[in-house]
Amino acid sequence: MSSDTTTIHHDDAAHGDHEGMTKKRILNVFWILLGITAIEFFVALVIAPKHQGALWINPIYIVLTLVKAFYIIAYFMHLKFEKMGLILAIVIPVLFIIGLILVLTNESHYWIDLRHALSL
Amino acid sequence: MSTVVTQQVDEVKSTPWSGGRSPFNVEYGKMMMWFFLLSDAFTFSSLLISYGALRFSAPTWPTPSLVFQSVPGTSIESGAPLVFVGLMTLILILSSVTMVLAVEAGHRNAKKEVIWWMVGTIIGGLMFLSCQALEWNHLFHEGFWWSRIPDAKTLQEFFKEGVPLSQQQMSSHQFANLFFTITGFHGFHVFSGVVINIIITINVLIGTYAKRGSYLMIEKVGLYWHFVDLVWVFVFTFFYLV
Repeated sequence: MSSDTTTIHHDDAAHGDHEGMTKKRILNVFWILLGITAIEFFVALVIAPKHQGALWINPIYIVLTLVKAFYIIAYFMHLKFEKMGLILAIVIPVLFIIGLILVLTNESHYWIDLRHALSL
Repeated sequence: MSTVVTQQVDEVKSTPWSGGRSPFNVEYGKMMMWFFLLSDAFTFSSLLISYGALRFSAPTWPTPSLVFQSVPGTSIESGAPLVFVGLMTLILILSSVTMVLAVEAGHRNAKKEVIWWMVGTIIGGLMFLSCQALEWNHLFHEGFWWSRIPDAKTLQEFFKEGVPLSQQQMSSHQFANLFFTITGFHGFHVFSGVVINIIITINVLIGTYAKRGSYLMIEKVGLYWHFVDLVWVFVFTFFYLV
């Protein structure tokens, strides 16, 4: 309705957004996400069946997933264009997750050895 | 002398971390949404890492391309691994795109465009939820549910030949519990995201944000919606691909 009141608006928080997402950039990110998903499908349906039990298949999925996560967080969630303080406040705590992954991966190897020892 | 001191004090006061304004240069609600999403990321990673640990420690596991090879809602019962979940992934990515387009329209204060993109996002969310309902229904009728697994004959379809039945049953129990808990928790997030999106769209329709002069609220719900998409990216990889 009141277009004149909305155009005057220069909020401090909205100020950092002027270099944000244009429609073209949004579509670019969409094609990247779609392309990576297509590669994952190609690996799962064409490459993986030819190499049963190969150890390098899963790392491919994980790397591609992390690339997708980067594009979603950086562009769709706009974090790339925020202040460095906010980026660090969000990204650094996430690194603690790596700690839990290492601890529980290690633990699960112990469990499977235990299982073999007890022949369960 | 005294003027120099005053100048120095003023200079200290003007740095981002000296108080009086947001050092992150984001509005309060948006920052809190980020912190909420951070805590939610910890919840989801705990669930997914527990899944990883149980799967690593199991001597065998139901093969994803054998468990998920039907297209629920159609007559395709087997031989189509990843097709249905690929459709779900596509729907969720597309609804993320419509959400970010709604945010972009909000920056231009284009009310009509915001409404249409938000409606698109809600439809995408509902489509995803319907797909998930079909998938759950399909697995339920195969015999999977929380702490419930199919009979031995059906179970053998999900494993390579020669895996002992006791191992099949043990890992299938774990698989069933983890699958329904994690996709259920994610689906609950999608559901609440759809409800929030509907509330926000009603607010756009009645002109709340036009009066306020800012469509920042769209950005906040957008963050939540993209996070739901982000979690799906990980669930998709670890349940359907790996």
